Amino acid sequence: MQIIKDRQIIDDNWTFVSNDAELEAGNISVSLTRWKNDKQQLLNSKDNIGVRIGPSDSVDDIGADLNDISLIELDFPVFTDGRLFSHAWLLRGRYNYQGEIRATGHFMPDQIFYLSRVGVNAFNLENTQDLPVALATLNDFTVNYQKSID
Amino acid sequence: MYQYNDTDQTLIEERVAQFRRQTESFLNGTISDDQFRALRLMNGVYIQTHAPMLRVAGPYGLLNSKQIRKLAHIARTYDKNYCHFTTRQNIQFNWPHLEKIPDILEELASVQMHAIQTSGNCLRNTSSDHLAGVCIDEIEDPRPYCEIIRQWTTLHPEFAYLPRKFKIAVSGAKLDRAATQFHDIGLHLINNDAGETGFKVLVGGGLGRTPIIGQVIKPYLEKKHLLSYLEAILRIYNLFGRRDNKYKARIKILVKESGMEKFSDLVEQEWLQIRDNLELSSERIDTVKLQFAPPAYETDAVNDTSFAQKLENRSFATWIKYNTATHKVPGYHAVFISLKAPDCPPGDMTDTQLDAVADLADKYSFGEIRSTHRQNLVLADIKQVDLYPLWQQLESLKLATPNIGTATDLICCPGLDFCSLANASSISVAKEINEALDDLDYLHDIGDVKINMSGCMNGCAHQSVGHIGILGVDKKGSEWYQLTLGGSSENEAAIGERLGPAVAKDQVTQAITTILDVYIKQRLDDESFLDMVKRVGTNPFKEEVYANN
Repeated sequence: MQIIKDRQIIDDNWTFVSNDAELEAGNISVSLTRWKNDKQQLLNSKDNIGVRIGPSDSVDDIGADLNDISLIELDFPVFTDGRLFSHAWLLRGRYNYQGEIRATGHFMPDQIFYLSRVGVNAFNLENTQDLPVALATLNDFTVNYQKSID
Repeated sequence: MYQYNDTDQTLIEERVAQFRRQTESFLNGTISDDQFRALRLMNGVYIQTHAPMLRVAGPYGLLNSKQIRKLAHIARTYDKNYCHFTTRQNIQFNWPHLEKIPDILEELASVQMHAIQTSGNCLRNTSSDHLAGVCIDEIEDPRPYCEIIRQWTTLHPEFAYLPRKFKIAVSGAKLDRAATQFHDIGLHLINNDAGETGFKVLVGGGLGRTPIIGQVIKPYLEKKHLLSYLEAILRIYNLFGRRDNKYKARIKILVKESGMEKFSDLVEQEWLQIRDNLELSSERIDTVKLQFAPPAYETDAVNDTSFAQKLENRSFATWIKYNTATHKVPGYHAVFISLKAPDCPPGDMTDTQLDAVADLADKYSFGEIRSTHRQNLVLADIKQVDLYPLWQQLESLKLATPNIGTATDLICCPGLDFCSLANASSISVAKEINEALDDLDYLHDIGDVKINMSGCMNGCAHQSVGHIGILGVDKKGSEWYQLTLGGSSENEAAIGERLGPAVAKDQVTQAITTILDVYIKQRLDDESFLDMVKRVGTNPFKEEVYANN
């Protein structure tokens, strides 16, 4: 699978592991619930851990753990749920999170320009054939009116 | 008025290119209906009963003659020779072809216009007082702040997918002509005890299905904190506003359900963390203010001596009385152009009228035209000596009906004739009411009555704050109308009280004339309609309207 990361199309080297599945080799990400329940075990067994959050989760719940988290996945249940845009802003703007923030799930290629402005730097699109078009949309605007994360 | 710099121009041109690509992707099937719906709405494109509808932004109602001529050109070239002015000071085209909309946007961009965020669940066009900068009761001109807010809201990356639409209005005068108490955020320029000017901030007002009067969240906000405070409110709303039910998704419901105290605590906590990084410098404010500097008023305007004699013409005198407002500069007047002629759908203008008004604005009013919250236009800076020739020319264009603020100056949505949301028609009912009140003496005797009529619960024509509100509803497939009395969107804001059961379409006009007759018979001295409703309640009206049922 390929994704966009830091304005490039690259191979994805992360695997999401569901709550009841065994940990796989390599970089894995887990749900916020699993992270909360098995934090120490996960940190002991892996160098790089990612945590997947949804719109109704609070960024404050992982605020204290951010040094241990290499990837935060923002999982869109529907593209219209704009809460994840604020989550991204809070992670960068309030918690100064330096790791990867990745959009995943049901979002549109046409949203990645705004997502990148609020601090999302990686995009796992539903259809990989959209990757080149989506990448190009990052150049849709050369100017803006307001401060954000970018 | 504000003139675009390179950044502004680049931004709208890039938006046109982006929308062109999005439209092409939809037309060739690469993006779905659902996805395109969200994208097109954020650029003012609805799919209506007959055709797409394009809503063009009129930033806080301010337009220049070049822009008005462009609207005329678009009406002629891409539409059926007319356009419609809305209650949010925007402009709608009802008949464009979807594949032509990118071309229309390109035409608009060439005169510093756009359709960005005129629809969709995002930050909408900021509206304001149509007499800003010229009225006599102004604390400070709100337009520079409107422009600062326009820029801040435009393509704001974090708040493009809000739970629901979000509307901001700014008023700088003692009389609230911008209905700030019925906006998601209402800003009112005020003086504090130390004599400094800042904002009173209201939140959670709104019309539609659940009309609510906004509450004060910040009694006094320093100007430098304007954007950080807006951002704090928006972030809390974006995070906590309801997304499970679109009828409960506006910020008014969040404020109501959480309670003002809790809501304002959340906003305050957020604001304290961001305010130092988002300060609006006084240099920035001053730079924008320069763009709204008063035009070059002529000092000899006050020396006109011909006026008294001109006023002997009764028609002219009547027009002066109803269709002009006092100007802060001696010798000047603000003139209303009535878009409520008897045989014209409220708020509509033809291409010929638009071109002619642009010429009149150039000749008499520094090339500037404003659109009002009640769907009329204003030429804000007319020299007294020019009033008579201006009136004559407006007369010949059917734009001088002396009915501003009267019962036939009604606000009306497009209704069932155009809108796919509507339950009932409004334009034909408006026409009937207008015809029934065609006796000007009678109309003027009734005086200040605001009639607002919407074709459905969404309430685009603000029926719940009309002195008389008319709401179209669907009853088993036929059109019925609920009447309310006593609403107001001005300082003493109020939501109208329902008069009784809905009336059939062919009974609406009679109900309205009955209501007005009751007023004429029972008013005290110079008591206004609204004052009488406040005094006597709805019963005396109810008895007459439903007398035969």
